Amino acid sequence: MTLVFSQLFTGISIGAVLLLIALGLSLTFGQMNVINMAHGEFIMAGAYTVYVVQQIITNAGVSLLVALPVAFLVAGAMGVVLEFLLIRRLYTRPLDTLLVTWGVALILQQLARDIFGAPNVQTRAPDLLTGSITIFSSGDGNDLMVANSRLFILTLALLAVAALTLGLRMTPLGRRIRAVVQNRDLAAASGIATGRVDRMTFFIGSGLAGIAGVALTLVGPIGPTMGTNIIIDAFLVVVVGGIGQLKGTVIVAFALGMMQSLVEYSTTISVAKVLVFLTIVAFLQWRPQGLFTLRTRSLA
Amino acid sequence: MTTATGRSAGTGADEKPEHSADRTRRFGPGTPLRAAAGFALAAIVLFAVAPLVLGDFRLNLLAKYLCLAIVAVGIGLAWGRGGMLALGQGVFFGLGGYAMAMHLKLADAGPGNLPDFMQLYGQIDKLPWWWEPFANPVFALAATVLLPVFVAFLLGSLVFRRRVRGAYFAILSQALAAALAIYLIGEQGTTGGTNGLTDIQGFFGFRLDDPLNQRAVYFIIAACLLLMLALVRQLMHSRYGELLVAVRDAEERVRFLGYDPANVKLVAYMVAAGMAGLAGALFVPAVGIISPALIGVVPSIEFVIGVALGGRATLIGPVLGAIAVAWAKTTLSEQFPAAWTYLQGLLFVIFLAFLPNGLASVAGLVRRRRPAPADRKAAQPKSVPLTAETGGAGQ
Repeated sequence: MTLVFSQLFTGISIGAVLLLIALGLSLTFGQMNVINMAHGEFIMAGAYTVYVVQQIITNAGVSLLVALPVAFLVAGAMGVVLEFLLIRRLYTRPLDTLLVTWGVALILQQLARDIFGAPNVQTRAPDLLTGSITIFSSGDGNDLMVANSRLFILTLALLAVAALTLGLRMTPLGRRIRAVVQNRDLAAASGIATGRVDRMTFFIGSGLAGIAGVALTLVGPIGPTMGTNIIIDAFLVVVVGGIGQLKGTVIVAFALGMMQSLVEYSTTISVAKVLVFLTIVAFLQWRPQGLFTLRTRSLA
Repeated sequence: MTTATGRSAGTGADEKPEHSADRTRRFGPGTPLRAAAGFALAAIVLFAVAPLVLGDFRLNLLAKYLCLAIVAVGIGLAWGRGGMLALGQGVFFGLGGYAMAMHLKLADAGPGNLPDFMQLYGQIDKLPWWWEPFANPVFALAATVLLPVFVAFLLGSLVFRRRVRGAYFAILSQALAAALAIYLIGEQGTTGGTNGLTDIQGFFGFRLDDPLNQRAVYFIIAACLLLMLALVRQLMHSRYGELLVAVRDAEERVRFLGYDPANVKLVAYMVAAGMAGLAGALFVPAVGIISPALIGVVPSIEFVIGVALGGRATLIGPVLGAIAVAWAKTTLSEQFPAAWTYLQGLLFVIFLAFLPNGLASVAGLVRRRRPAPADRKAAQPKSVPLTAETGGAGQ
């Protein structure tokens, strides 16, 4: 019984990490249809931000809190620069965007290697987040323990989802973003500066990658290639969730995390990866446009 | 999607043999005579010049590059002509390579014995069932090509029929590469894990450490490359080739004309997969190793950059591009690994953002002495209204 719950919670926490990473993508890929392979490197930038901030502020708790907004700004700024210099020219060529941003990702990785060195660097987690709390005590030593860092990531992910949902629904900028996504020409004709909206969308999406990077420092190593390893899973989450659909991203992130955790438990990590991939292909047979779709009258 | 690649890789119309009046000369670009001359030249370079000029070590390196060039020819067909960005060619390269390496390992071990790494990692005392058929040379050789083709058929028929395309297809194929690499690493006992299948000694009875035999391997690879070039050239100039370009540029129009675009794409994808498999199989005797590091996400994308550099929609461009990139990688990454990574990143940025038709478009520009972009615009209508709705977004 404890085992089932602990596997479930592992699934949820894998899902929370996936969600946090995929959230930024659901803006840049989902809303703008830009496949930004450098998104993983923005995550890396966020993680290194924690490292740099900790060099200045030694208190782990304070530095983490400071790092969150700083990482958002750093990654967001990188995103805006990338959008302005390259992606802007490539909106009609999504496949080329993929490869161009892969090139950018390679350059950023090498930059990180040159600045911080090739080996992984360490950050300190605040004391509050290093322990774990017991949720369920069974009395025979098999207590259900939940790591505080995992809870923190889950909370962060849910907060980000809430902020993004409200932001898109309530704020003027959110309204403009949705307008541009739904009908770019009509939005432009209505006086919306679509170019500027694109840049803001990209800023927020990339900034979320920075936040994800901060969260990842709590659960894994920080290294130049940390972004590449997770980015494909995150793309799959957005594809399966349905383009431009926040709720699809949320559901699929947790579903994939859960599945990964359960299959991994009954087989091995490598088999789990293959099974998850096969499930995704099978799922796309059933719903090629993802879990939720925007109804349009276009053929494609 | 359709509009997107149409604009980015639109040299297809330029190469049709006799469509424009000023190109009916018998030796014009794209005529059979010209192609034959090109092949003769390539054959002379590969079979006479290279072996005479290069030493054993360099020739072996060239053999390795030619394997990558074979993959590139396939990608050129699927991506340049068919608009399918196949980012998972490493999977097919790996399937071919592992099929070949499994046979060679079994042959090295001798009948009834386990390959050396299985004894090393312990645990296994009996050959796994899926290794057994690879002891048969005919089965193994057939599997190097047919296995990738079959996997491509399965994935392609599932994916294309449901109209998953563009970016979605690219990401799926990439995820496949990631999944296979992780699987191979995880199952160390039966696949060799991270190390892969190494230390391959013999090649159908010939010892691979003999320079003369290595030379023979080079000739086999060169011959295969020429064969594949001839095959793709015929495909490009057939009715099928025209249909493939049509699907790339306006899939919905082709559908309304009564063709099934899924089948058209599937064939190109399978051909590309078969070529990658063949290349993987030839890579094994040339280099003596196949490992997950050669087939994962990163090498799969690296296959593409050579194609983009040389010109994705041309026949010879991908070959030259792949050889150039592989050469640059060997030369630079030994001495300046950091510089190579920067250069590789820059190549992606420059050639995909600013020169989407690769160096071939530069050459074409010089030859024709007229601005290529205008020419391209004239050759292709800007977009199909029905798909313009999605902004060429690859849904």
